[in-house]
Amino acid sequence: MSRELFKFRGGVHPPEHKAESNGRPVHPAPLPKTLVIPLRQHIGTPAKPVVEVGERVLKGQLIGAADGYISCAVHASSSGIVTAIGPAAVPHVSGLPDDCITIETDGRDEWIAHAPLDWRAMEPADLRMRLRDMGIAGLGGAVFPSAVKLDPGAARHCPTLIVNGGECEPWITCDDLLMRTRADEILAGVAIMRHLLGSTEVLVGIEDNKPEAIAAMRDAAAGLDFPVEVVPVPAVYPGGGAKQMIETLTGRQVPSGKLSTDIGIQVFNVGTAHALARAVHHGEPLIARLVTVTGHVLRPQNFEVLIGTPMHALITLAGDREGATGVLMGGPMMGVPMPSLDVPVVKATNCILVKSAELFPPLPKALPCIRCTRCADACPAELQPQELFRFAKAGDFGRAQEYHLFDCIECGCCSYVCPSHIPLVDFYRYAKSEIWAREREKRAADLARERHEFRQFRLEREKKEKAEKLAAKAQAKRAEIAADATASGAPDAEAKKALIAAALARAQAKKAEAAPKNTDNLSPETQHEIEEIETRRAKIRELAHQPLEPEEKP
Amino acid sequence: MPAPFIIGRSSVTQVMAWVLAALLPGVGVYVWLFGPGILVTLSLATVTALAAEAAMLKARGYPAKPFLTDLSAIVTAWLLALSLPSLAPWWLIVTGTLFAIVVAKHLYGGLGQNIFNPAMVGYAVLIVSFPVQMTQWAGPLELTATPLTLAQSAMVIFGGDVPKATLDAVTMATPLDALRTGLLQQHTVDEIMTQPIFGHYGGTGFEWLAAAFLAGGLLLWALRIIGWQVPLAFLAGVWLTAGFLHFFDAGRFGAPWFHLFAPSVMLGAFFIATDPVSGATTPRGRLIFGFGAGFLTIVIRTWGGYPDGVAFAILLMNLSVPLIDQYTQPRVYGEARKGEAPRS
Repeated sequence: MSRELFKFRGGVHPPEHKAESNGRPVHPAPLPKTLVIPLRQHIGTPAKPVVEVGERVLKGQLIGAADGYISCAVHASSSGIVTAIGPAAVPHVSGLPDDCITIETDGRDEWIAHAPLDWRAMEPADLRMRLRDMGIAGLGGAVFPSAVKLDPGAARHCPTLIVNGGECEPWITCDDLLMRTRADEILAGVAIMRHLLGSTEVLVGIEDNKPEAIAAMRDAAAGLDFPVEVVPVPAVYPGGGAKQMIETLTGRQVPSGKLSTDIGIQVFNVGTAHALARAVHHGEPLIARLVTVTGHVLRPQNFEVLIGTPMHALITLAGDREGATGVLMGGPMMGVPMPSLDVPVVKATNCILVKSAELFPPLPKALPCIRCTRCADACPAELQPQELFRFAKAGDFGRAQEYHLFDCIECGCCSYVCPSHIPLVDFYRYAKSEIWAREREKRAADLARERHEFRQFRLEREKKEKAEKLAAKAQAKRAEIAADATASGAPDAEAKKALIAAALARAQAKKAEAAPKNTDNLSPETQHEIEEIETRRAKIRELAHQPLEPEEKP
Repeated sequence: MPAPFIIGRSSVTQVMAWVLAALLPGVGVYVWLFGPGILVTLSLATVTALAAEAAMLKARGYPAKPFLTDLSAIVTAWLLALSLPSLAPWWLIVTGTLFAIVVAKHLYGGLGQNIFNPAMVGYAVLIVSFPVQMTQWAGPLELTATPLTLAQSAMVIFGGDVPKATLDAVTMATPLDALRTGLLQQHTVDEIMTQPIFGHYGGTGFEWLAAAFLAGGLLLWALRIIGWQVPLAFLAGVWLTAGFLHFFDAGRFGAPWFHLFAPSVMLGAFFIATDPVSGATTPRGRLIFGFGAGFLTIVIRTWGGYPDGVAFAILLMNLSVPLIDQYTQPRVYGEARKGEAPRS
């Protein structure tokens, strides 16, 4: 079976470094003494704690409840006592602490009562809510609550379901190992996704540098009662990106500013499908995942890790070595540097990559852009990165937006190929965060202006009312004096009320008109991104002025 | 430092080094067919360019090492040297190089900021200011009785005491000059082409030099240092414009192959118009840029005041780059294709 594949534009071929970690079997990581479970591991509203300090919790027990539609629950990964609820170090580039629930484990690893769900009999909406409450979120990196993505919405069904086993980032092999060892469970999860989305076509895209995973998935797919096509796709970064995987497999592009479901396609990572199957068929919430620990360690390999396990424990397990120069969560193209190794593994942790000076030599100093447009050739979003860079550097954010800055997926291909070694992506992040900040400021200013205008309007109105009252009084008096006693202000008051109502309506309409549009109705991903980028703004801004300045004269 | 944490192998130095390497076949053929004088010109231009670059970097407070080792100044020097008459006096070479590096490059903001190709600015300044000295071309050895040695060439360039007879014996009009002069004297193209300076397609010797530049250019394309759009459009612009004119009056307009196989066209199409800094950046923009430069080259050669028009054609197109880029922005991922209803 051969499917016509399509080529997305751009992409790069960084050294893969998959062999380091994909040769060893998956090991369960031992139970740590302390688990730190962040309440915000997903995109959307953080979970609300539902346990108290000092309370004993069981493995799989709900400790943070989903708060709203776009949110996700968190659970105790093992049994023990809750010792703290509050800010602790989390795996975020900013190094800022976030609310976490800390559990001292008791070593008994005692499960809470749990049972499979009768998913075929359940109402889809109920099933989705259960999945949200079991903490299922995208494990490919974005950690978007899966329940939301499994809602086909008004369309009632989503014809094409793509299961993403691309794993295009160098060094990472957790999806590879998961597909090799748990193909059946992945496809069991896919069956449930297909059921919820009403999909008729199921495609599994796997980069062709993972032949064992492809074979395992094909074997498993053969035993299913619905057709699943396992498609090897060319290994090119970022071919595992959702938009790129869609284009490779279907030849279609997600329209700018829309979602893939708008063209009838939904994409899930293989890890998410696996977690979904565990939740539905075993009643187990998402409390563990596969994590690749690789780079500058003695035994690079994959571990099955409880969410909340400190990263240093895993590095020790893989054998730490002298000369580490830092740790990334994720791969070298899009990963984030960890502020400390005390941070816990979270749902988004697919890889812990230990850097060394040999594996990751310091990047050379940037030279000016020579407009060679290798970045444009490499850009999978088909942008003109050299122009975006020019606008971002000049602070011309309006032009940057005109040149589709917000279509940038920050994959890093442009920075990778740049012969001048310009950290281009940093400039785009900087420009995006500046635009968001300005729009927020503008919104605040608009609000202040509206308040001021309304106050003016109110003062005017009060003055007028007072004057009218006085006039009415005077008139009444005059009328009284004229000894005709039936005059009344009532019709007058009615007209006044109508006048005020009309003015109010006008003010409201104006208010609605004046509200800025660009940051309205942001997708939760973008909202999350804004928050994340916000914390990096100061650093990036500094950077934007640094690299290309002339050296200080002595 | 946020992601990405790895970078590819390319560097500005590597790009420039390949451009220099791709010029070597041309330099080799030059020496072989026209004598070693070009080596003196290349060396003098290189030394001048590096000195000017270093001085300007110091004056502007920039670190010298990363910018001197990026080799961009040497590329400028070589492109200018290869455009100059091979026996041009030393002060002409130095003046042109200085103007290219100091004014056209650094006063516009240095590497990456110049809107005009520095080498072509240098060339334009010289041909406007010193038209007589800019005709001192050594003829092809094939047509020269007593070719100059390296030492003699250096003597000529550095203004040494060289007998006028010796010099007259080696310098001669270039094929483009000969064509121009002939046409002005009311000869037909066919009559002019019977002179020994004209070879199979282009000029004797010159056509081989053009072929060597073409080979170097194809190497750059194969290595993806340059794209195909600019050179192809440039050559097409030259060929079609010259062909159009030649088709209607073969007696008054040179053949398209003759125009194409002038070394300046190949050098311009593959090495100068492809300068990324001063050229268009969008794929369609590059087609327009290249074609425009080719078209203007023939227009200037035919009706302009100078025998060759490559330099002015490229400078005029450099001037149009912001406009071209602005109106040829390509479609981005997810944007509706032309003629296709936006998908929803």
